[in-house]
Amino acid sequence: MFDTITLGQYYQTDSLLHRLDPRVKLVGTFVYLISLFVVDSFAGYLLAGLFLAVMIMLSNVPFRYIVRGMKTIVFLLLITVVFNLFLTPGEVIWHAGIFKITREGLTFAIKMAVRLSLLILGSSIMTLTTTPTQLTDALESLLRPLKKVHVPVHEIAMMMSIALRFIPILMEETDKIMKAQIARGADFESKNIVKKIKSMVPLLVPLFISAFRRANDLAMAMEARCYRGGEGRTKMKPLVYHGRDRVAYMVLLAFFAICILTRIFF
Amino acid sequence: MGIKIDDICFEYERGTAMQVTALDHISAEIPDNQFIGLIGHTGSGKSTFVQTLNGLLKPTSGHIYYNGEDISGEKFDKKKLRSDVGLVFQYPEHQLFEIDVLSDVMFGPRNLGLSDAEAKKRALEALESVHMPEKYYKSSPFDLSGGQKRRAAIAGVLAMRPKILILDEPTAGLDPKGRDSILGMISDMKKKLNMTIILVSHSMDDVARYVDRIMVMGGGKLLYDDEPVKVFRHVQELENLGLAAPQITYIMKLLREKGLDVSTDALTVEEAAAEIMAHRRELHV
Amino acid sequence: MIKIQKLIHDYIKRDDEGNVAGTQRAIDGVDLDVKTGQFIAILGHNGSGKSTLAKHLNALLFPTEGTVWVDGMDTSDEKNLWEIRREAGMVFQNPDNQIIAQVVEEDVGFGPENIGVPTDEIWKRVEESLKAVGMWEHRKKSPNRLSGGQKQRVSIAGVIAMEPKCIVLDEPTAMLDPNGRKEVISAAMKLNRTKGITIILITHYMEEAINADRIIVMDRGKVAMQGTPREIFSQVDRMKELQLDVPQVTLLAHELRGMGLKIPDSILTKEELAAALLDVQTGQNSDRGADSEKKEAAHGDQN
Repeated sequence: MFDTITLGQYYQTDSLLHRLDPRVKLVGTFVYLISLFVVDSFAGYLLAGLFLAVMIMLSNVPFRYIVRGMKTIVFLLLITVVFNLFLTPGEVIWHAGIFKITREGLTFAIKMAVRLSLLILGSSIMTLTTTPTQLTDALESLLRPLKKVHVPVHEIAMMMSIALRFIPILMEETDKIMKAQIARGADFESKNIVKKIKSMVPLLVPLFISAFRRANDLAMAMEARCYRGGEGRTKMKPLVYHGRDRVAYMVLLAFFAICILTRIFF
Repeated sequence: MGIKIDDICFEYERGTAMQVTALDHISAEIPDNQFIGLIGHTGSGKSTFVQTLNGLLKPTSGHIYYNGEDISGEKFDKKKLRSDVGLVFQYPEHQLFEIDVLSDVMFGPRNLGLSDAEAKKRALEALESVHMPEKYYKSSPFDLSGGQKRRAAIAGVLAMRPKILILDEPTAGLDPKGRDSILGMISDMKKKLNMTIILVSHSMDDVARYVDRIMVMGGGKLLYDDEPVKVFRHVQELENLGLAAPQITYIMKLLREKGLDVSTDALTVEEAAAEIMAHRRELHV
Repeated sequence: MIKIQKLIHDYIKRDDEGNVAGTQRAIDGVDLDVKTGQFIAILGHNGSGKSTLAKHLNALLFPTEGTVWVDGMDTSDEKNLWEIRREAGMVFQNPDNQIIAQVVEEDVGFGPENIGVPTDEIWKRVEESLKAVGMWEHRKKSPNRLSGGQKQRVSIAGVIAMEPKCIVLDEPTAMLDPNGRKEVISAAMKLNRTKGITIILITHYMEEAINADRIIVMDRGKVAMQGTPREIFSQVDRMKELQLDVPQVTLLAHELRGMGLKIPDSILTKEELAAALLDVQTGQNSDRGADSEKKEAAHGDQN
């Protein structure tokens, strides 16, 4: 059951976006995020929305999967909208009792909602078309210059990918430990804060101990297979730029430039 | 008295594309004071099944009755069920967490609302039933050997005084001595304490010599439910399920094929030896 | 391939401040010789020192005293470390805790990546290794979708991708079900037979040791017995003392011998037992035949 859950829910299929180098996608998502804060007009958001729509089409991922990412933030979205709607000072256009909505509040709330939605959808596209392994490889490659200032880039990337590998395993183990303790009468559903924290002990202690044991075993296994850090390592799946990646970079550049232009002229 | 399982089904990920039927119309009765072996290969549904018996999992259809009451009923006391039906998971030592063995074994009784004094009393009884040497009572559970840790974990469930004790692969990962030791301890427990014990395993050899009744699961169904001797006669069907009859059964079968007219019902080495010698005596009459 | 002389290993216990609180002698004077291409099984109860011994074979542990040579290289010499680990690969007990990657083929490639094998060559080795253990069709899967036996086979593939001369398997089947155990042991045996890789199997399941060329039985840090499976398992009482199992057939034969039946003492398979029992029967029948012939002759004489 847990094996089907991957972080960000990678959707396996073939598409232009799937075939792009993960570095392009990582950089692209970053650029897109920034662009959402650069544009500040209806035209700008329309442009950003259109760009996203094109990306969704190019990804061959069914729409319902893309929208899944929204489910998690629907609540946050609602709160943001409500707060901005009712608490922004300015020209009042509607009121009922102590509740009042201002024009500024309305525009701000809409802007926030649009930004958040595009943000989430944009990041979803990336995680839906890129495997966690590809992402960590991309990160390792992009951060390589930091090695010069003694940042342990390889080690960080290795840690991240091992952590990702073990998340489903630890989740399953948590489930098992919980069940074992429930079978001994433990109660994890208490509403009392103090009780709730106390009830975590029989869950967390065994989990930590298990995690450390796994780490120990894994370290031994890695050493047995001659792992000695990043020095001298080759790659089975090295990241190589293709023509389509270069084109993608140029498209991103163009998109960003247009965003800046809309900011200036609209 | 006991548990009645009435036509239960259980599906994982119900209503999704990944739906898996783990239990497929299972009916059975678990009476008091019986020693039952539950056999099935990995994926047969045996782990899911035992988790429905103490209410950890709710069947997607069908009913389970404990002492006549439906356990999914609104008024049903789930906590009482959990203490009456004790479940020891595989590698139970992974649940140990307290500062010393005694405190860990007291966890269960404390959760039942018992006083410290009463909890301690029960813990001491449980630790004695699992033959845990007294010198370890105040040790950290993490300082014990694998076999001792397992006993401590089993004691933790025993301290709840269950009427039905389910042990999921209690010999997993143990060496031959550890295995014999745990099985012997469980057999002793069965004799001294009045309870039903369900031993879940995929090893017929382990189970054959101890149990009164064997339930065989495969593909979510309950395929056989009978005395050991009768179940092991279906050697071919068991093999098709990815299981095996006890080694002794195969030995006796071969001897029979080669012309020695011995019964294939022997389940242990001692029974087999007796059977062969008896057969030889018959020949010389 | 492997040579061990007078090996002693002490585990040092430290108290909370890091001071030495005591030592525990896990290996107490072991000598061992393993020739290339052999299939050796090391049996022993938990605590006999067999796992500690295994870790010396690929320099995960260093001798407190004595020497261990792997393919002529001394394990205590630091400069040999990585070459030794490449030549003597190791598969551990817990199927989950030795898989690094999220995709089977990537995990098999982990070892070659570490030793600097060029990308193309890595792919070749990954394919060969996965095919050798029968896991090639599963190469794109996540390890979480595999059974225990399959995971262990992937780990074996990960080791042979480094082209070792010897594989040490440290209780690889302890956490598996009977089917998984069969899968793993037959994969190991196949590698031994077809590629001549030396296999050292640490286990406490005697049915796995039965096919070994040689069995070494450990007890309290020493080698208690050494010999062929037949030699070892026929010593039923000694094995019981050492807290180990013998095959049920051997136990049965032992029991029957105890009841007076004259059958050989080194029976390992049920076929052998059947043959022995039939021999005894026909032997007695022919005795009886001889008796009755004598009776007839005597009777005939009387006429």
